[in-house]
Amino acid sequence: MKKQLTIALSKGRIFKDTLPLLNHAGITPIDDPETSRKLILDTNHDHIKLVIVRASDVPTYVEYGAADLGISGKDVLMEHGGEGVYEPLDLNIACCKLMVAGKPGVLKSTSRLRIATKFVKSAKRYYAQKGEQVEIIKLYGSMELAPIVGLADAIVDLVDTGNTLRANGLEPLEHIADISSRLIVNKASLKTKSETIKAFIQQMSEAVELNSRD
Amino acid sequence: MSDTERWLLPEGIDELLPEQAEQIEFLRRSILKLYQRWGYRYVMTPMVEYLESLLVGTGNDLEKHTFKLTDELTGRLLGVRADITPQVSRIDAHRMQHDGPSRLCYAGPVLLTQPRELGGSRNPIQIGAELFGHSGIASDIEVLELMLSSLKRSGLKAISLDLGHVGIFRELVGQYGVDSDLEKLLFDALQRKAKPEIASLTSALDSDCQAAFLALADLNGGEETLTEAKKSLGSANQSVLAALQELEDIYTGLKKRYADINVHFDLAELRGYGYHTGVVFAAYVPGYWQAIAQGGRYDDIGKVFGRARCATGYSMDLRAICQLLPDFEVADHGIFAPATDDAALENKIHELRESGESVIRELPNQQVSGFEMGCKRILVKRENVWLVEPIKLN
Repeated sequence: MKKQLTIALSKGRIFKDTLPLLNHAGITPIDDPETSRKLILDTNHDHIKLVIVRASDVPTYVEYGAADLGISGKDVLMEHGGEGVYEPLDLNIACCKLMVAGKPGVLKSTSRLRIATKFVKSAKRYYAQKGEQVEIIKLYGSMELAPIVGLADAIVDLVDTGNTLRANGLEPLEHIADISSRLIVNKASLKTKSETIKAFIQQMSEAVELNSRD
Repeated sequence: MSDTERWLLPEGIDELLPEQAEQIEFLRRSILKLYQRWGYRYVMTPMVEYLESLLVGTGNDLEKHTFKLTDELTGRLLGVRADITPQVSRIDAHRMQHDGPSRLCYAGPVLLTQPRELGGSRNPIQIGAELFGHSGIASDIEVLELMLSSLKRSGLKAISLDLGHVGIFRELVGQYGVDSDLEKLLFDALQRKAKPEIASLTSALDSDCQAAFLALADLNGGEETLTEAKKSLGSANQSVLAALQELEDIYTGLKKRYADINVHFDLAELRGYGYHTGVVFAAYVPGYWQAIAQGGRYDDIGKVFGRARCATGYSMDLRAICQLLPDFEVADHGIFAPATDDAALENKIHELRESGESVIRELPNQQVSGFEMGCKRILVKRENVWLVEPIKLN
C-alpha cells in the first residue's frame, strides 16, 4: 500500500523549476498555484499532495511533520538552522550566491561595520567565523537601499546576476555561500515511510542528473 | 506588568488540569509497575545537584539545556536536572556497590533551558529504565523489549523502531584519521544527511574514505540496509564490521520476540554522539514528528564517577505520550453524599471509601448538584438504610 506523501514548496521560481523534476518522478499537479486559490494541490497520484507555503516557512512545515518533504532554498535552511530536517539532495535549481555587497572599498574601514540583511543568522555566523565584530540591522526588503542612504555600510543578500546591485552603485564584495534549492525530508517520515520516500528521492535525483546534462 | 501578564506561564512551561494529570499519573504508575515486573528498582534523584556531577561525561548538549543557579551555602554552581540518566548512572557507579548487573528505573519532571525541538516542552516528565554492568547485546535486547512493551502498554499503536550504531561513524573517523574539527562538521552534515556537504567536506580525503561517509548518509531503510552496508563499507576495518554484526544480532534477537514490529535502520543516526558508545535506538509512531522514546548504549559514563560500568537504557516523555492517546475519560467522578448530619451516613461513607470508591461530600448551602459535579451515583436513605443509587435526572 502506498503511504500518503505531502510535499511543501513555495510559489514562483522554486515551483516553476521544481515542476519538471516532479514530472520526471511522474508527479503532475492538477491545479496551477498561480491561478488557483487552493493551498493544497492535488496531483495525478491520490496519495501525493502539494502544499503551497511561503518559502521561509517550508522548513518549519517539514520539521513539524505537517509535510513529509519540502523544497527549500539553502539560504532559508541556513537561516532556519539546526538539525531539524534531512537535506539529502541538491536540486541544482534556483541557484544564486549569498554575498556581502556594498560600495567599493567600504570593507577597508577599521570601525565596526553595520550590515543590513534579511539573513540575520547567516550574517552573524559568517562574521563570527571571520572573527569580525559587526552590527547587524534586520531589514525585510530593498536591501540595496541601505548603503545608499547611510543606514548600513554593507549588505548581506542573495546575488543572482548582480544587475540590481550595479544599478544602485554597489558591487559584490565577498562570497559567503553558494545557494541552490534542496529537497528536505522530515526525520520521522524518512524512518516510518522509508520505502516511499527513498523511491521519491531516487527519482528526483535521476531528474536532477538529467537536468544537469541538458 | 499588566494583570493578564501576571498569570501567564513562561514559554514552554505548562501545568496539567485534572483530566491530563490523572491520565499521566495513571500511565506513570502502569509503566513503573511494568518495570517492577522486569526487576527494575525505582530510584528518585534530586531536582538539583552540583553542576559538575550533573554534566560530567555527557557532552555539550546537556550543558546547553541545563538551568544553573548558585548554591548560597557553598558558592558553587548547581544545575537543575535536564536529564535523569546521568544521575542514575552516578547512583549505579557510586552508591550501589556491587559488580553484577543492576537494573534501575525512574520517573520525574526535568527542566530544559530551551525545548529540545521546535515548539517542544521545557518541562517534560521523563520516565525510563537503565541496565548497568553488562556489555553484551542481551542487555540491549532486554532494554529494547522493555521500551516496546511500555509503549504498547501505554496504548500506542503502529510503533516503528529505528536502530543505529554510533560505533560505525566513530570507527570510520578513527580509521581514516579524520581530525576533530572535521569530525564535528561531518557529524553535523550527517545529522542532516546533507550529501552535497559531506561530499565537499571529504573532497580532500582519499576516495575510499569519501565513499564511506557518503554511503553512511544513504544507509537507511529496512533490513536490506545491513546487507548494503557490508558492501558499501567493505573497505572499513574490523571494528566497523563488528558494529554492523552487533546491530544484526540485536535485530535477530528482537525479531524472535517482536515479529510484528516494523524496524528501520539508520546508520547515520548519531543522537547523543557525545556519550553513546554503541547501538542507539528510537521509537516512532504515526502522527508524531519526532521520536517518542529513545535510548542506547553508553559504556563510558560511569568512569568519571569512579567506576566504569557498561550501561544501556532508554527514556521517554510522559507528556508527549499522553498527547497521542485518546482523552482520558473519567466516566464517574464518585458517589455524591448529601450534607445530612447522620451517623449512619458517616459510617456508610467511611465504608465506601475503604472499599475503594470515591465519595464526594456535599457542603452545606452548596448550589451545584452532584450530577453537575460529575457524579453518576448518589447516597439515598431508604427505610433508615443509606443506599447507593444512580442519579435520576428529571
